[in-house]
Amino acid sequence: MSSKLVRSSVAIAALALCAALSPTGSRAGTTIVIGLQQEPTSLDPTADATASIDGMLTQNLFESLTTVNEAGEVLPQLAESWTVSEDGLTYTFDLVDGATFHDGTGFDAEDVKFSFDRAMAEDSVNPSKGLFKPIESVTVVDAGTVEIKLKQKDAFFLFNMAQGDVSIVAPESVEANNANPVGTGPFKYDSWTRGDKLVLVKNPDHRDAGSVALERVEFKFISDAAAASAALLAGEIDAFPGFPAPELLPQFEADPRFKVVTGSTEGEVILAMNNSKAPFNDIRVRQAVSHAIDRGEIIDGAMYGQAVPIGSFYPPHGPAYVDLTGTYPHDTAKAKALFEEAGVAGTTMTLRVPPFPYATRSAEIIQAQLAEAGIDAKVENVEWGFWIDEIYKKLNYDMTIIAHTSPNDMGNFARGPKYFYGYDDAGYTDLWNRISAEADDAARNALLAEAQKYLADQAVHGFLFQLPQLGVYKTGVEGFWDSRAVLFQPLAGVSVN
Amino acid sequence: MRKLPPNLLIGAVLVALVAGTAALSLVWTPHDHTLLNIRGKFAAPSELHWLGTDQLGRDVFSQLMVAARNSVAVALISVCLGGVIGVALGLVASAMGGVVEDVIMRIADIGFAFPALLLAIMLAAVFGPSLPVAIIAIAFINIPVFARVTRASANQIWTREYVYAARAAGMGRVSISRDHVLPNIAAPIIVQATIEFAIAILAEAALSYLGLGAQPPAPSWGRMLSEAQTLMYLAPQLAIYPGVCIVTAVLGFSLLGDGLRDITDPRLVRQR
Repeated sequence: MSSKLVRSSVAIAALALCAALSPTGSRAGTTIVIGLQQEPTSLDPTADATASIDGMLTQNLFESLTTVNEAGEVLPQLAESWTVSEDGLTYTFDLVDGATFHDGTGFDAEDVKFSFDRAMAEDSVNPSKGLFKPIESVTVVDAGTVEIKLKQKDAFFLFNMAQGDVSIVAPESVEANNANPVGTGPFKYDSWTRGDKLVLVKNPDHRDAGSVALERVEFKFISDAAAASAALLAGEIDAFPGFPAPELLPQFEADPRFKVVTGSTEGEVILAMNNSKAPFNDIRVRQAVSHAIDRGEIIDGAMYGQAVPIGSFYPPHGPAYVDLTGTYPHDTAKAKALFEEAGVAGTTMTLRVPPFPYATRSAEIIQAQLAEAGIDAKVENVEWGFWIDEIYKKLNYDMTIIAHTSPNDMGNFARGPKYFYGYDDAGYTDLWNRISAEADDAARNALLAEAQKYLADQAVHGFLFQLPQLGVYKTGVEGFWDSRAVLFQPLAGVSVN
Repeated sequence: MRKLPPNLLIGAVLVALVAGTAALSLVWTPHDHTLLNIRGKFAAPSELHWLGTDQLGRDVFSQLMVAARNSVAVALISVCLGGVIGVALGLVASAMGGVVEDVIMRIADIGFAFPALLLAIMLAAVFGPSLPVAIIAIAFINIPVFARVTRASANQIWTREYVYAARAAGMGRVSISRDHVLPNIAAPIIVQATIEFAIAILAEAALSYLGLGAQPPAPSWGRMLSEAQTLMYLAPQLAIYPGVCIVTAVLGFSLLGDGLRDITDPRLVRQR
């Protein structure tokens, strides 16, 4: 009896202690909890294509030679400054002083060379090898200077050097980056509880540590829209920059505790078709699918009107955008006729969908639209790890729905038949090479327009809509970008008041 | 004739309503339940759409009807499957006795301790989520339930005089189980099956709610409920309708099971 009493008084004391230490009490502007839909399966942005790795770690834990601001302008990062040779082929980067890796090892030109050589190696698993393709060689001039020679001019070079795929890593720690990432950034790795959260803490030794407001950053993984909303309402989450459920936004807009920000992302949402495989190697089938889908309905039904339709693989807010949504207008009769002509009418196709609301909801509508055109699409909802393994790496799928959130990613279509599109077209590859090498803005935009048209005409995929950036923030959270020109979101400038 | 207990009557009416709706949906629904009309989403109840439309403009009433069929079919198949295997195992355990009985019943205990949801998640991870996976998971948890009920009831029968007589007359264990034991334990098994029906409907709703049961576009009460979750602010009725349906079906089968037990259990009859 007495022991019970003791225990319950201990419990009460513990409860009181918990209340005193509750997150809302101790946060006081130095801790932020950020909600995230997608949990990655590894933490190395130079080895895995999962966008949320970049969303959490790029320019926060890892740094690259350059960085990019909200407007998409290139700024210095690990490279303090740079010079470009007359012919545009040689870049000389001056590295910052005083940068160190989180494990205490110093940062110098050798680390830069190591990172590039690793990404460019024959057996490299870098998810964006295309970024490195124009590079001829990386040379260490001295400890604070690196020279990069290009094979051909690359208009996107400095912008590309800011991406997570080009994160600078150290040879001492690179092997463990999958689970224990070590970089040079303003935040360092603390812990990762799979299925729950990833925690970063401030790096006090960072050269700009004085201007970083946050002491602790928790990324909480919540893929379910209803759970995300409940967590926000309960005050467990301070910011949800990629909120998955547009239908819930009016609720947050009406609540003075929150602010809702609607911007754009670089994410083209596509109904990807496996071009390497019958029947999608037949352009008539791809055209038929394009005719069968009704973007208006998809945007209205899946996104509650909160998205802009796309007709090709280029964001509507970009300078080279051409409206190609009319290339294959919604026309069920035409789709039916094309399916019949190609001999696939009445067949079954699978639609493997990753666990993101924009994808699962679009899938249901597309399934109904394909059914009207005489195709029985079987929807399979799959986990993200399964998606990466089976669809992205092994091309084991007919159709899938996915947002491509990387900037300047039209080069995806020039990645050859092993990339999960299974698309291999010499004409397009040539066009993309010309785009990459074109230094003049106007000429490059003209080529980009041509490329958009090329992909739309080929009906490589069903091009659906541009993924909006729907952010829900607690009032007082400042510094998040409204729109994203890149995959990452620097947290050095974020504060909680 | 004795007056029928009210729970039996209410249960029978509710079950008839659910089963009748499910049967009717095979031949008739007010609308095609898969037909999208996104421009007419969240419509209020009207003569055209009796319970309005959902977030994709589908007719809610038609969906509920087809979902009833889904629920009843899953419950029927999984309870029958689990019941047949469970009853067979129970009969064997009771007829053989000894080590065989012990082994079967201990395995049943292990099965009994295994949550259906966990099993369904495991199966879904291996085979991918689908309705057959849900059915197998629900059937599996039914096996030990029926095995226990059957064995307990059959053990009583094996001690009756007419069974001794049959054994003395040279009847084999199989024949006795079939001709004497089974007919005499039919009542408790039917009662158990009815109650398991209610549990199976609830389990199917839970699995579909988690995305492990019926896959789109096949409607299911559980999935309708989960899809309505983020819409509570916009259209709370979409969560209420399937909720009411689940309650009706589960309550109906539970009451029917209770009522059947009341009229078949001789001990309860005597008390009355």
